[in-house]
Parts: sequence; structure tokens; C-alpha cells
Amino acid sequence: MTEYLRAVAAIAGKDLRAELRSRTALVATTTFAGLVLVIFNFARDPGLVSKEALAPSVLWVTVAFASTIALNRSFAVEREQNALDGLLLAPVSRSALFVGKYLANVAFVGFVELVTVPLFVLFFGVELGGHGATIYGIVLLATLGFVAVGTVLSAMTVRTRVADLLLPVLMMPFLVPPILVGAQATTRLLGGRPMAEIIGWVRFLAIYDLVFITLALMLFPALMDE
Amino acid sequence: MTGQTDRLIRRGFVLTGIGLAGLAAMYVMALQFTPTEARQGLAQKIFYVHAPAAWSALLAFGLVGVASAAYLWLRDPRLDRFAESSAEVGIAFSLIMLTTGPLWARPIWGTWWQWEPRLTLTLLLFFLFLGYRGLRASLTDPSERARFAAVVGVLALFLVPFVHLSVYLFRTIHPQPIVLKPSAPSLPWGMLRTLLVSIGVFTVLYLGLVTVRYGLATRDDEEARHV
Repeated sequence: MTEYLRAVAAIAGKDLRAELRSRTALVATTTFAGLVLVIFNFARDPGLVSKEALAPSVLWVTVAFASTIALNRSFAVEREQNALDGLLLAPVSRSALFVGKYLANVAFVGFVELVTVPLFVLFFGVELGGHGATIYGIVLLATLGFVAVGTVLSAMTVRTRVADLLLPVLMMPFLVPPILVGAQATTRLLGGRPMAEIIGWVRFLAIYDLVFITLALMLFPALMDE
Repeated sequence: MTGQTDRLIRRGFVLTGIGLAGLAAMYVMALQFTPTEARQGLAQKIFYVHAPAAWSALLAFGLVGVASAAYLWLRDPRLDRFAESSAEVGIAFSLIMLTTGPLWARPIWGTWWQWEPRLTLTLLLFFLFLGYRGLRASLTDPSERARFAAVVGVLALFLVPFVHLSVYLFRTIHPQPIVLKPSAPSLPWGMLRTLLVSIGVFTVLYLGLVTVRYGLATRDDEEARHV
């Protein structure tokens, strides 16, 4: 077990270290998220749609786009110089490989979201009413599930020549339930509704996470056999 | 081996032919021998194409999921070919469902499109399986293609309840189930009979098309092996 955890930590650690050393992808994805927020603001008629009414959708669509972009590079970096073959030759179980990549992706996307939420509050003049941490928590809860699916999908699409096109197409249907539910919960929180009203949505996200993390763990090894 | 495949394809064509003849008969039955719905009038007749097309599409995608899971377990290439075939036929049926739906919805709901659970689910599955086809088409190694496609097939199967439930909680105006529901079907017998016939016809069409497509996939694999 400790061996397994050490393998997971080594894989997640190498991804995060590589990311922190170059920071290109992290900065680019965060900038991208900021720009999506800007574009959303100007893609509306201020006389017809108020910022506040649009805010929850903006947050969730931005999260969806930014994480799809981020996931694309998870396995793309392994393709260069056939690094993936090296990983597969290492005496590490396939599921540890998945968990390592998955945790690195969660950290990456979670960081982008950590910057996106305050930017969103700033740009859209949202009154959080003390729910800032709760909203970020819901975003993270949704992230845990769809990043699991996205990690599996990106391991596949990277083997094609059209990875950057295929990943969003395959990924978006899986983003619909968490985004729908997340946006509903956010709308209620921003509207000052009691927590009791969102607990059902939170439970939905937790079940989604449970199902898709389990599936990803079971399915990922099948992608890596030769 | 090749003779066997040819026979399979021919059998698929025969089955499809029977399905098409049944479809023609079902049209006559629906237009001439089925009572017209009191409030919706003729527009309701599209129901006899729409509902069975939806049935065939969901059957097709559901079987892709089952065959995919079985493939990952048994690694039998026949299961992969079946999943590939069923996915394509499912795309065709969901396109029928997605075009007949708005045609009916315009006069009855007063809007072409409505974000409603069953409609949204079919649309998302349609998109997802277009992606599935795209993934298959862009992978050249047969074993890799089969494994990857199977993973997407299984994931799609598990996505269904989540999409349905979340959009249902969003809100719905779709006609509620009138046949498959806990109490007795509330559809008058004249209409129910036509519906059952059309579901039968669409199932035969599904089987015919999948058989042809499966035969063609088998032939492709055989040719690939000879080259």
C-alpha cells in the first residue's frame, strides 16, 4: 500500500513539478479563464441581461472551458519523446498511474478555479454573502468528478491526431450534469437561499463523483495494455 | 469464412427489407386505421415514428454500453464490431427522433425546441456517439480502437441516469409516459396497437441495419487481415 501511494505521489509530483517550473500552461489556462469572463461580460446587452442574472452561468461555463483546455495537456506532455512508454515500463500499477495523473489534474484545475472565482466576483460584482468558500467548494466537488472522466478521455484522445478537437466533443456531454447542478446551486447561494435548498444538488455531485471516479479507476488500465 | 459473411450481410438486407415493408404498412395503419387524437389532430400521428425511433436509438446506445463492458471483459472482437455497428445505427435513429420531435413540438408546444430530459438526453447521446465515431475513425490500431471505444461506450451508459435526473430536476414539459408506467397504459387500444406495431417495426429495422453493418465490419476486418 505504501508502495502504491509512493508511486502515486511520484507521478503526481513530477507533473506538478514540471508545471511549476515552466508555469506556461498554468498561466495560459488561468489567463484563458479570465478572458472567457471578459468575453461573457461583453457578449450580453447590459440593458437586457444584468450581470447578476448571468453570473452563475458565466462561472460554470468558464470552469468547463478552462478545465477542458487544461485536461488536454495532461497526456499531451507524455507524448513528447514517448515519455508515456517510459511510464508504462516503470514498475508501477496502471491504477497508480491513473491516480497520480488524476491528482495532478485536480490540483491544476483546482488552482485555475481558485483564481477564477475571485476574478468572477470582481468582474461581475457578485455579492457572495459569506458563501465564497461554499461556492469554491461546490466548484471543487464538481471538478473531482469531471476531471476523473476527463483524465481517462484525454489519455485516449492524445493517441489521435485531432486530440484538441476530440477531447471537448467527448467531454462536454459529461460536463452537462455537474454544470447544470453546480449552476443551480450557485444561483441559490447567490440569491441568499438557505443551505437546505442546495443540499440535494450537493449530494447529486457527490454521487456523480463517486460513480465516475470508480469507473475511471476500473477503465483506465484497459487503455494502457499493449 | 467470407461466404459466411456475405450470407450474414444478405440476411441483414432481407431483415431491413422486411422492416421497411413493415414501416409502409405501419404508415397506412397509423393514418387509416388508428383514431385521430382529439386535441392534437393529425400532428399526433408523428408519434408513431418518433416514439419507436427513440426506442430504437436508446436500445442501440444501451447495447453499445453492454457490448463495450463485455468487450473489456472478454476481449472478443465480435463484441467490438457489434458495438461499432450499433452505435452507428443508433446515431441514425436518434437523428430521426431529433427531427420528428421538433416537427411535432412546433404545433403542439408552440416551440420547436424545449430543454426537456428525454430530448436533451437523446441530443447529448447523439453528440457523444458522433464523438465516439470520431475517436474510432482517428485510431488506426484495431486493438487500441476497440479498447478505447469500449471505454467511451461504458462511460456513456453510466452518463444516462445523471443527464436524465439532472435535466428532470431542471424542469420538464414533455408528455409523461403513457405506456410504460406503474398504472395501466392510458393510451386507447386503437392507438396502443399502432404504437406496439411501430415499435416492433423499428426493432426489426434496427436488427436489420445492425446485421448489415456488422457484416460489413466483419468483411473489413477480414480484408485487413489478408492485406
